[in-house]
Amino acid sequence: MSSIPLDYEAVRLIWWALLGILLIGFAIMGGRDLGIGTLLPFVARTDEERRILLNLAGPTWEGNQVWLIVGGAAIFAAFPPLYAVSFSGFYVAMIAILLALILRPVGFKYRSKLADPRWRATWDWALFIGGFVPSLVFGVAVGNLFLGAPFRLDDTLRTTYEGNFFLLLTPFALLAGLVSLAMLVTQGATVIAARTEGEMAERARNYGRWAALATIVLFALGGVFALYVLNGYRVTSVQDVFGPSNPLNKTVVFEAGAWRANYGLFPWMFAIPLLSIVGSFIAWWGLGARARLAPILGSSVAIFGIITTAGLTLFPFLLPSSVDPNVSLTLWDSSSSHLTLFTMLVATAFFLPIILVYTAWVFRVMRGPVTAESVDKNPNAY
Amino acid sequence: MVDPLVVDLSRIQFAATAMYHFLFVPLTIGLSFIMAIMESVYVMTGRQVWRKATIFWGTLFGINFAMGVATGIVMEFQFGMNWSYYSHYVGDVFGAPLAMEGLMAFFLEATLIGLFFFGWDRLKPVTHLIVTWAVAFGANFSALWILVANGWMQNPVGARFNPDTMRMEITDFMEVVFNSVAQAKFVHTVSAGYVCGSVFVLGVSAFYLLRGRHIELAKRSIVVAASFGLASALSVVVLGDESGYVATEHQKMKIAAMEAMYHTEPAPAGLTLFAIPGADGRPEFEVKIPWVLGIITTRSFDRDLPGITELTEHAALRIANGIEAYKSLQAIKADPEDLVARAEFDKRQQDLGYALLVKKYRPDVENATGEEITQAALDTVPDVWPLFWSFRIMVACGLFFIGFFALWFYRSAVRKIEKPRWLLWVAVAALPLPWIAIELGWLVAEYGRQPWVVEGVLPTFYAASGLKVSDLVISLTFFVALYTALIVVELFLMVKTIKAGPSDRFSFGEPPPSAPVEPVTAVKAG
Repeated sequence: MSSIPLDYEAVRLIWWALLGILLIGFAIMGGRDLGIGTLLPFVARTDEERRILLNLAGPTWEGNQVWLIVGGAAIFAAFPPLYAVSFSGFYVAMIAILLALILRPVGFKYRSKLADPRWRATWDWALFIGGFVPSLVFGVAVGNLFLGAPFRLDDTLRTTYEGNFFLLLTPFALLAGLVSLAMLVTQGATVIAARTEGEMAERARNYGRWAALATIVLFALGGVFALYVLNGYRVTSVQDVFGPSNPLNKTVVFEAGAWRANYGLFPWMFAIPLLSIVGSFIAWWGLGARARLAPILGSSVAIFGIITTAGLTLFPFLLPSSVDPNVSLTLWDSSSSHLTLFTMLVATAFFLPIILVYTAWVFRVMRGPVTAESVDKNPNAY
Repeated sequence: MVDPLVVDLSRIQFAATAMYHFLFVPLTIGLSFIMAIMESVYVMTGRQVWRKATIFWGTLFGINFAMGVATGIVMEFQFGMNWSYYSHYVGDVFGAPLAMEGLMAFFLEATLIGLFFFGWDRLKPVTHLIVTWAVAFGANFSALWILVANGWMQNPVGARFNPDTMRMEITDFMEVVFNSVAQAKFVHTVSAGYVCGSVFVLGVSAFYLLRGRHIELAKRSIVVAASFGLASALSVVVLGDESGYVATEHQKMKIAAMEAMYHTEPAPAGLTLFAIPGADGRPEFEVKIPWVLGIITTRSFDRDLPGITELTEHAALRIANGIEAYKSLQAIKADPEDLVARAEFDKRQQDLGYALLVKKYRPDVENATGEEITQAALDTVPDVWPLFWSFRIMVACGLFFIGFFALWFYRSAVRKIEKPRWLLWVAVAALPLPWIAIELGWLVAEYGRQPWVVEGVLPTFYAASGLKVSDLVISLTFFVALYTALIVVELFLMVKTIKAGPSDRFSFGEPPPSAPVEPVTAVKAG
């Protein structure tokens, strides 16, 4: 093991950050398309307008969704206990997300293959569900990270779960779900406003401004709730950050104000939630000023800030246990082995820049407004 | 212990979602290369019919690809959802190739697929061609990493159990990647995909010839499909044989079950052509070709192939040894500083998985009775007859494809594609065969691995999540209902698109009709 150039603590920390980057990547990239899906029935009223929206998302949504796929695989590869406990624990919520996501590829591809209005209306609602449900439920899941999930681990590290789907739907978790929905709707609206013309762009600006305001208010509310109302979790024993990944070797308490602890240690952390509010504000202002790029950038900064805030507040927790806090999963005791983390880090460091280059190239090729004429010209159009 | 009904439902759900998913994957793998070949011919010759063919097969590719993506999302998450102990126990090893698949392959394929459809009038022909090839390679690299993951479940090399974390951990990444089973499975599986794509293109084109429509496009497509198909069909069978060969190193039991071979065959073993089971489930009457099996699987004339009975006896020995490892593990848990126990454990840890088989009968494995050990050893025998027949039908399909493509290759070479009509009908009738062969192949590979989810390391029943039966009933019902509905829609759109035929409405980015048809340089990006 001594031949690995980075120590175990460092690769664990880097993977924790990478996980955040992948999830932020999904929320920024895939969030465009989720937001467009949620807005589809409201922003686009006629069939022509709906086709414009589908063809706006069409050329890039598949690549954007891979951020989610890779995010899921990265959780599996880098934090297997988190993958095992969270996905089985949130089983029904995951099923809801998956059923909704299944509708998207077929919705985009099949919707415009027939002219029948009922066929098209059905797929439009399928695409709405495919955008709305995941946007909301992802947020609900993140909200539950703050509350802790009712799981236990036995001495073989097998998990048993004592909750059910409806227990996930607490007021705070629903609030987190709405933050996620509002921020992804903002993201979708900024893209529609930038890439379409006329009335539809106007409607998108309008929805986007409300969504940006909602993001600010809900996020601030959630922040106050999490830091000052909710009890949080705190590790009370010394964790061996170089030790084997076994969540059974520590003690954790559930107490008031624990989610404020990191802000006390590192006051600079307050800059991150402020950044996200500034981002949402820029999106709000830019949409009103009919800027094209500023709202997209502002909304993306807001997404970065919101997800980073969640990660930093929870640190070092990945998923606390509400029924047996001592077995909570933290990044120091729920990671893969040193060798796996390092190997995958090398692979990611190699491939991620390449991915960014060809993704940027594809967006450059497909730049420019999407109009009724451009849709009509392409026989492959959705 | 997890409720056995939950285990069964979880297995049914995984089998259903995986087998649905794999209805679409092989066509994606095969058709992507056929499109890339056709577009290459277009770019090299500048002849519009090749471009028309690429766009037409691309339309069908797209309808199929959407279903592949839709059903693939579930695959990525359901290890954690339904197999959480599996995910904990082998995630350190198994998660890595899945992540590699995303980073190296799926990102490439999914990001560029949009340009394949939307980039025709925005890219130079050569650039678009590069995009098409990148999509094809992306699809194939995907298969590589997924089969590295699956190959590890069949032959878990390059990893060992860590008592401090209670799981398998990677010791040698290269061993996992260059696992001989994984490499053989990769070539076999992608070749099967190429065969699938070729049969599809050939069958649809034959349909057009029978109807007297789109003759030029159909004939050219047949030439491509026949050549690509012949090479692939040979590769599937030759390298399928390779899968059998490596299986003898690690999966003797699977071979024995596939052959319904209850007792060790003296070398070289005969290959059973078919057999009729007697009242006790063992073959009563069988027709054998002498020597063939022994030569194929051991590549020798003098090595025995062990039968099911002998392998079961061997499993009982490994269970007994595994129980000793389990005892050492309990000692390590009680006192992590117990170096004697650690040394003992290291000596026997390769059999720990066998001890877990006993968990089906009692939680305190260390107190297992001789009878329970015998019972657990018998559990290592997979269901013989489904494997026996699935394997034979798959092989029969594989041999048929060689003859089929050889004949079509010959007809293409002598330029007699349109006649005789019965041969065209055979091509149409052959359309379902690749899917039958492929699904049965997976059945042999995965059902034949039972009772293991990871061969010799983790039994399937021990790997499931402790979900409620109601959870599984809900998810299974929704998945089957939604997938079935989507497949009906998909087939409907496929048939509709095929009936409509290649579109003449693809004037974008082309030279005006009056312009002379010139190669590449004359075609400007729009």
